[in-house]
Amino acid sequence: MELKDLLAVVAAGALVTGCAATAAETETASASTSSSNKRSASPAFPSTYKAYGSDNIVITGATIFDGEGQRFDNGVIFMSAGKIVSVGGPDTAIPTDSTIIDGTGKYVTPGIIDVHSHLGDYPTPSVAAHSDGNEATSPVTPEVWAEHSVWPQDPGFSRAMANGGITSLQILPGSANLFGGRAVTLKNVPARTVQAMKFPGAPYGMKMACGENPKRVYGGRNRKPATRMGSISLTRQTWINAQEYRKKRNGAKPPKRDLAMETLAGVLDGDILVHNHCYRADELNQIIDMSKEFGYKVTAFHHAVESYKIADILAKEEICSAIWADWWGFKMEAYDAIPENAALLQQAGACVIIHSDDENQIQRLNQEASKALADGRAMGIEISDAQAIQWITYNPAKAMGIADQTGSLKPGKMADVVLWNDNPLSVYARPDKVWIDGAMLFDASDERRRPVSDFELGQPGEGDVK
Amino acid sequence: MKRSVITLVSTLALMAVPVAAETVAITGGKVVVGDGSAPMDGATVVIRDGRVVAAGTNVTIPANARRIDAAGKWVTPGIFAGFSRVGLVEVGAVRATNDTNATDSVFSAALDVQYAVNPFAAAVAVNRAAGVTRAVVSPSTAKSIFGGFGAIVDLGEDSNPITKARAFQFVELGETGHRRAGGSRSAAHILFRAMLNEARTYSRSPSLFDSDLMKASDAKALLPVINGSTRLLVHVESANDILKVLDLRKDFPSLKLVLVGANEGWRVASEIAAAKVPVLASALSDLPYSFEDLSATQSNIGRMKRAGVNVAIGMINDRDAHQLRYSMQYAGNLVALNKVPRATGLSWDEAFAAISSKPAEIMGMGGQLGSLKAGRKGDVVIWTGDPLELSTQVESVFIDGVEQSLSNRQERLRERYRNPAPGALPKAYDR
Repeated sequence: MELKDLLAVVAAGALVTGCAATAAETETASASTSSSNKRSASPAFPSTYKAYGSDNIVITGATIFDGEGQRFDNGVIFMSAGKIVSVGGPDTAIPTDSTIIDGTGKYVTPGIIDVHSHLGDYPTPSVAAHSDGNEATSPVTPEVWAEHSVWPQDPGFSRAMANGGITSLQILPGSANLFGGRAVTLKNVPARTVQAMKFPGAPYGMKMACGENPKRVYGGRNRKPATRMGSISLTRQTWINAQEYRKKRNGAKPPKRDLAMETLAGVLDGDILVHNHCYRADELNQIIDMSKEFGYKVTAFHHAVESYKIADILAKEEICSAIWADWWGFKMEAYDAIPENAALLQQAGACVIIHSDDENQIQRLNQEASKALADGRAMGIEISDAQAIQWITYNPAKAMGIADQTGSLKPGKMADVVLWNDNPLSVYARPDKVWIDGAMLFDASDERRRPVSDFELGQPGEGDVK
Repeated sequence: MKRSVITLVSTLALMAVPVAAETVAITGGKVVVGDGSAPMDGATVVIRDGRVVAAGTNVTIPANARRIDAAGKWVTPGIFAGFSRVGLVEVGAVRATNDTNATDSVFSAALDVQYAVNPFAAAVAVNRAAGVTRAVVSPSTAKSIFGGFGAIVDLGEDSNPITKARAFQFVELGETGHRRAGGSRSAAHILFRAMLNEARTYSRSPSLFDSDLMKASDAKALLPVINGSTRLLVHVESANDILKVLDLRKDFPSLKLVLVGANEGWRVASEIAAAKVPVLASALSDLPYSFEDLSATQSNIGRMKRAGVNVAIGMINDRDAHQLRYSMQYAGNLVALNKVPRATGLSWDEAFAAISSKPAEIMGMGGQLGSLKAGRKGDVVIWTGDPLELSTQVESVFIDGVEQSLSNRQERLRERYRNPAPGALPKAYDR
């Protein structure tokens, strides 16, 4: 979050940290895993996540934003066995054998989802020994997996839950490389192992990057890519290699396993979702054409501060823009960022996601969405509160390939729910309670229902409100 | 809203005196004086000759005043960013546009931001349009623990941004100081003491000054720090580093200290209060970014305030060149803490003061800036609603009594791409 870090990185050139000015994005996860399952005997590093205990919970009298653009005033939500059972207005039936929470004056949303985080791979404390987000030794590293860098004890996970209501998030490699590696989708549940955080059944994402970061990192070492054209050429050549690999893999004599090629072939198969760090409108369009050349789809452009300039194209191509509300000016390709980016995209019918890429702003994605909403309304674009909530719930879930399981309050979905003490689009709102798969893992009024990572145990401020 | 248009020529001729200042009466709004008092409904603010004449519910409106109806609106002093680098950076990663520090200069304490602050930087216009009218502008450090002189600036559209040059000296004495001094806090503290002692030597016979440690210009720059005529802003975060800074006055009793950052200030709040050292604190730092921040919490400012510390919101190293407009959001978040069990926030009135009168007072300019008390400079903002709320927009901004343009690059880009597809001619012709 700190400018000093950004500038230090810029000055150092090769020393890349996980923030936006350097190297932090790209990946998405697409939904289908069936074809890859056919090809490998058993999934590597499988999720061992198990939901914690849940009760039958009913919240009554709250304003409910369902994550898909619906709003229920004086609403009722019923959760049982870790799932959403029913959501509706005041007439919704209330089961008898349930704990009833009076939500009068409060608000309910789906758990907030961040499609772009480096919690765990650039954890705090941000010491050099924790710099695990960029394998900046080669511009093409589709073989690395972010989950092998994630430190589950990052205190940032608990802040994201307690202050931001984050229940699921995608951890990406950084943006030093053209192909940064695989991303991993996590449930924001404290655990001893990363596997115990992995979102069951979530597809993998792959992080790609265009623009300033790769060329700064490698050009500074007199290596390719030193230019944008160098970046595109190296990326295309890599896709050509991946196409050949995939062809052989599907043939009679499959080649020796190759981790890099397995990931790239997974993208070409449609099993792995592409999350592409890219800022400028002209470069977004180059990437779109490259994806068509090789027959893959970009799921989301991350940090796409100039999406508003080609909102019509992005709507037509059905590519999400994962963006900040108002970051700008920290580097050349972020110079034309405007706070109305999200609203202009929404107006054009394009998919909007508000993301953080930041261990502090992940704690208030609701506020970032609110600012983007307000700036849109100020220029005359009509957007409902419920639509703005969709930018931080259903839309990121869709881009991570998990919208069939979470991201909105639909019956049968995971009971990932936040009860807010005020309208989450207000600066004065904070989470009151957070449920993940129906298990209450944060309660503002119970100091024991607040996760404290191993790192903070026995330190000054242990268990503080933060 | 009619915006004042000032030609460059006339601006240059009139730099110091806001001759374009009108007599303005802003009537019927919800008026926040900014001194920590409660908002007044249906109140009037009168500005004349670039200054606030009165703010209240029983105010005489001069006959020649231009009247602005602010019924249903909020009227406040302009936001005062308690710690920033605004005007020193156009594009952060474009080194030639970044004047925050000098990595290859032989000077340190003598560096002076007054020569670098660019009133025409895009960030000045963007943050002005968001309601920020004044700011503390500090250098950062490069090869020394000292960064040089900082200034108080306005964000007006005229060509003279400097309200007070050489308003303070900036020094790093936490982890960054450790690094700048050669690798330890011991090195930072001995360097600090040695440089101040060398400055005393310089003052005795400037023409004979010959030091292995520093240039004469740097020694000269430290003299007003030693005698307390210039404030010393010290960036430290950890509780222990804060205590060691407070101890500096044992050796240099006249130092006029201001702490910057102070993420762990709450743990030594009573000591800070007893030392009467004010703090420009980060509002929402709540992670152990480094080991100097282990106990950081958003309750830091509230707890220091309850302990009697004179505290305002600053945003060191937190997008401090471009996003001064976060000040209102940060203050609002401190109000939000009041509803969180065990957290300590600020009341709304205190929170607004923390981004208006408090930073002005801490910088010794409370008599001139930061509130709508009579005689203060005419920095006034009219808002569509609660200025700390995310949905609120700015309607008008006055600086030194002059109504300001709210136009900026972001607004121009927005209008060009309101409809993204080109029309009869390419986008380059849409202006």
